[in-house]
Amino acid sequence: MERIEFNYPAKRKVSGRAHVGVVGSGDLEVLLEPADGASSRVFIRTSVDGFRDTWKAVLDRFFAKYDGAVRIEINDAGATPGSVQLRLEQAVEALGS
Amino acid sequence: MSAVRDDLAFVNRQSFIELHARERAIALFDSGTARELLGPFDRVESPWLPLQGVTPQADDGCVVMKGKISGRAAVVVALEGAFQGGSLGEVSGAKLTAALDLARADGEKGKPTAAVMLLETGGVRLQEANLGLAAIAEIMAAILSLRRYAPVISVVAGTVGCFGGMSLAAGLSSYIVMTREARLGLNGPEVIEQESGIEEFDSSDRRLIWAINGGEQRYAMGLADALVDDDTGQVGKTIRQLIEKGVPREHRSARVAFYRERIQSLDATRQLDPNELRASWRTGDATEPGK
Amino acid sequence: MSEYTGIRGKAWFRALTGQDSPMAGDPRSVLTADAPIGDGRARFLCVVPDPQGRFPCARHGEVGLEEAYALATRVREVIEPDRNSVKRAIIAIVDVKSQAYGRREETAAIFLAAAAAADAYGSARLAGHPIITLVVGHAISGGFLTHGYQANRILAFDDDGVMIHAMHKEAAARITRRSVESLEKLGKAIAPLSYDVRDFAKLGLLHELLHVEDPDHPADETTARVRRALAAAIEDARRGPVDLSNRLQSPEARETRQASIRTRALLESQWREKV
Repeated sequence: MERIEFNYPAKRKVSGRAHVGVVGSGDLEVLLEPADGASSRVFIRTSVDGFRDTWKAVLDRFFAKYDGAVRIEINDAGATPGSVQLRLEQAVEALGS
Repeated sequence: MSAVRDDLAFVNRQSFIELHARERAIALFDSGTARELLGPFDRVESPWLPLQGVTPQADDGCVVMKGKISGRAAVVVALEGAFQGGSLGEVSGAKLTAALDLARADGEKGKPTAAVMLLETGGVRLQEANLGLAAIAEIMAAILSLRRYAPVISVVAGTVGCFGGMSLAAGLSSYIVMTREARLGLNGPEVIEQESGIEEFDSSDRRLIWAINGGEQRYAMGLADALVDDDTGQVGKTIRQLIEKGVPREHRSARVAFYRERIQSLDATRQLDPNELRASWRTGDATEPGK
Repeated sequence: MSEYTGIRGKAWFRALTGQDSPMAGDPRSVLTADAPIGDGRARFLCVVPDPQGRFPCARHGEVGLEEAYALATRVREVIEPDRNSVKRAIIAIVDVKSQAYGRREETAAIFLAAAAAADAYGSARLAGHPIITLVVGHAISGGFLTHGYQANRILAFDDDGVMIHAMHKEAAARITRRSVESLEKLGKAIAPLSYDVRDFAKLGLLHELLHVEDPDHPADETTARVRRALAAAIEDARRGPVDLSNRLQSPEARETRQASIRTRALLESQWREKV
């Protein structure tokens, strides 16, 4: 199991929290909460090692469009980048509602 | 007119099987009364999985919700079949046991609290082996204690079904609800094929699997109390009816003489025809199978 | 050696009760006897191999349909007579290979048979009968859930021939795609996975680990010592609650099962929250 962390700048505070997904084969769960500080932090635990660059690419893309200050925890069991992106978007949407 | 109503009902039905554990649990409560305990943000996870390179799930694959069903106090515990096959580890086992024990404690204080277990599980989580097995023994003890005060309902909907040690937990329940897609048995077909050979059980024979372990067969044998369509509304309605029915006069697992007789009269020199068991195993009293 | 041999159950049943046959109407694979222990009498039960058994998949020490319903019958039988007197102890001598893996068994709902036996043991315990389990050999998976795991107190021999586990090594190795050696090694690092009964003891579920010379052949002195241990366990059980709460109270449990203890405490505090 690999642990990966990323930080991203953020522009605004958020409130509430959201949880989506399950740690099923090819899937992931996302826990999304307001960040402790002014920037966003992402903590990933994944059972598939060696894909740090792929994770970074997905998250770079996500945070290029999302400017809330969030703490994101991802528990992953081998999801595709597309699934990761989908779950992140679902989490943000759930936060909004 | 009723044909049109039936069509509308079919079109409007929402699959229960397609829901994950959390959505299944919420759907069963009276609107607005459900409250999750030890949810993902409490992060009460398995201490054993990360040691073996397996990513844990924040709720350890077990959702506990408390609230009201049909206006009565109830707790729903739903196992997430997509996480480690719904298998029981130390923490998920402790969540289920504690929920049953707390429901019993409330029952002792005059507030009967029913328990509904959504069992999508292969049994013990092998990565936690002896703690999973110990947890199942404790779950079984908790069911025996609680069911004197309030009904304990097992729901097996599929697609994982209910196998392994947790099938004993289902067997101890006050009522069992199944769909046709669901399967309930102690040993899955692959395990039997491995242990006893392919002649004993060809695990690729899907027709055979459902003929033996499937919901329709279990219901026809009087081993499940209700057979429901894969429809969230129907599942919820059935559970409300069973909670309103209350504790059965006699639990199925206590009807020893009845079932022992049936085993003694089996011709074990050949494989059994599941259809032949239906008539003699179905019962007309105690927990009358629902319609 | 740790292979299942199926001889210890009958040997210890005979040594402890002086008897070695099933009761009338029971399969040859279930031995039941009422015999003295401590200051009273107890009902002893044991599942043993029966190569001539009716069910082909339950002939070598597996707990099958007939075994489960015989156990359920013989355990339940003592509850009513003792209702207004001293609740006699029920002692499960355990050396079971596993549950029975067969098509007949699944068709005839072995899940319910197993539940019925566990129900009997658990109901007797709730009625105040001390349930004592003595693991003399193997206690595996569904077999142990059915016969022995509902006990107030569990004792086991401190011996390589004793194995308590959720799945025997060969099957576990196949499913997890590891070698048996690597599984054994993993068990040394992670206590709940171990096949060694001394590691099982670290989980805090055992009342006592008994050192016994030559467990395959019970000698007079060792038998007397085991009898004293059983009698003490019975008295200890009578002084405690009828539930399984003691399984989380030993020093070992407080260490190795701390996640269970913490989970239960947190769940209770949230359960009781006023919202």
